[in-house]
Amino acid sequence: MKLVIINYGAGNIKSIQFAFKRLGYDAILSNNPDEIKAADKVIFPGVGEASSAMKMLKESGLDTLIPTLKQPVLGICLGMQLMCKSSEEGNTKGLGIFDVDVKRFNNTVKVPQMGWNTITDLKSDLFKGIKNQEFMYSVHSFYAENCKESIATTTYSIDFASALKHNNFYGVQFHPEKSSTVGEQILKNFIEL
Amino acid sequence: MLTKRIIPCLDIKDGRTVKGVNFVNLRDAGDPVELAKQYALKGADELVFLDISATLEGRKTMIDMVLKVAEHVNIPFTVGGGISSIADVDVLLKSGADKVSINSSAVKRPELVNELANKFGSQCVVVAIDAKQINGEWIVHLAGGSIPTDLNLFDWAKEVESRGAGEILFTSMNNDGTKAGFANEALAKLSETLNIPIIASGGAGTVQHFVDTFKEGKADAALAASVFHFGEIAIQDLKEALRENNIEVRM
Repeated sequence: MKLVIINYGAGNIKSIQFAFKRLGYDAILSNNPDEIKAADKVIFPGVGEASSAMKMLKESGLDTLIPTLKQPVLGICLGMQLMCKSSEEGNTKGLGIFDVDVKRFNNTVKVPQMGWNTITDLKSDLFKGIKNQEFMYSVHSFYAENCKESIATTTYSIDFASALKHNNFYGVQFHPEKSSTVGEQILKNFIEL
Repeated sequence: MLTKRIIPCLDIKDGRTVKGVNFVNLRDAGDPVELAKQYALKGADELVFLDISATLEGRKTMIDMVLKVAEHVNIPFTVGGGISSIADVDVLLKSGADKVSINSSAVKRPELVNELANKFGSQCVVVAIDAKQINGEWIVHLAGGSIPTDLNLFDWAKEVESRGAGEILFTSMNNDGTKAGFANEALAKLSETLNIPIIASGGAGTVQHFVDTFKEGKADAALAASVFHFGEIAIQDLKEALRENNIEVRM
């Protein structure tokens, strides 16, 4: 199993690498297109601000590579948001893998949403063995709207897509690497896809 | 529904936990990694590590500790203490910390909040505020409450929010160490004035104090040290009691 975490300068990638290590897998950090293409599974992380993360992605040419990948790809947090059509954050054009826009929570709730919230309407093998209403940890001010490609839904002022799937591409808004044993199960499911 | 968070806080000096910890099944109560793992198992939602090392050597040890915690612990954690630059934060986040907490460095140079939020995102910038109520007014203090500033708690909290803080950790120096409950009136006012999450700190003594700080204090999270470390309150029992009081928690 060759597991690559895309390293383009964004995000807390050490935690993802450690989470796979706890599951018994050595994940490689890489921004090398050949290495990414040759992986069995690819993780696309991201923490921070959308437009600057997209800028870093473009500088390394990964913005054109990622949508062409054929193996299972898992976007996490901002990684997932960048795989959408667009984001209101910094008026960013996304990779357009998921046919949905990313918007900001309105101020009827505290922003960012920070902490543990439930996931429901689970629709993919990514959630094999995961109960409806399990708690996942997230930190985010922007969300993908609920849509046809949603494979999990979370409620915070509105119902939004806390996970998405399009062909071989998966995205989760929450941090499985920080979501206790349930999150680790989701990472394990991804490896076993 | 987003749940209320319970956060044990560990004081760290030269890579070891300082305050005594009374945990059964711990091989080494001074080892922050062992303790963090236990808390994650027992249902803590997040952890805060506060570095009180006074030396450069101690700070380097802290980075090793952060790496080890990130390696072995599967819940989020915040690191605070002595952070005053982008470089300080960069190394902590790269070592696996999810958030950093800044306190006096933000008071001394408020632009630091903007710089960190722009560089790393608001989601990882916690501003810790220690305040004491003097003649009815909440005054921000430094150095664990010993040095008063000319800042008002609510004005300062509003300012750091506008500068990009993602969360406020408010410790009432009037309540800290008393075990008589959190400063719920001030907390509620903070929660109503600001639109970012507020962590209540200082004063936890009983389960009821947590119920009160979530209900009356409108806190998003509650932090405590000794009641957890000495086993006076078990996190699982606390969460069950919160749930009985219709407060949503992760079980």
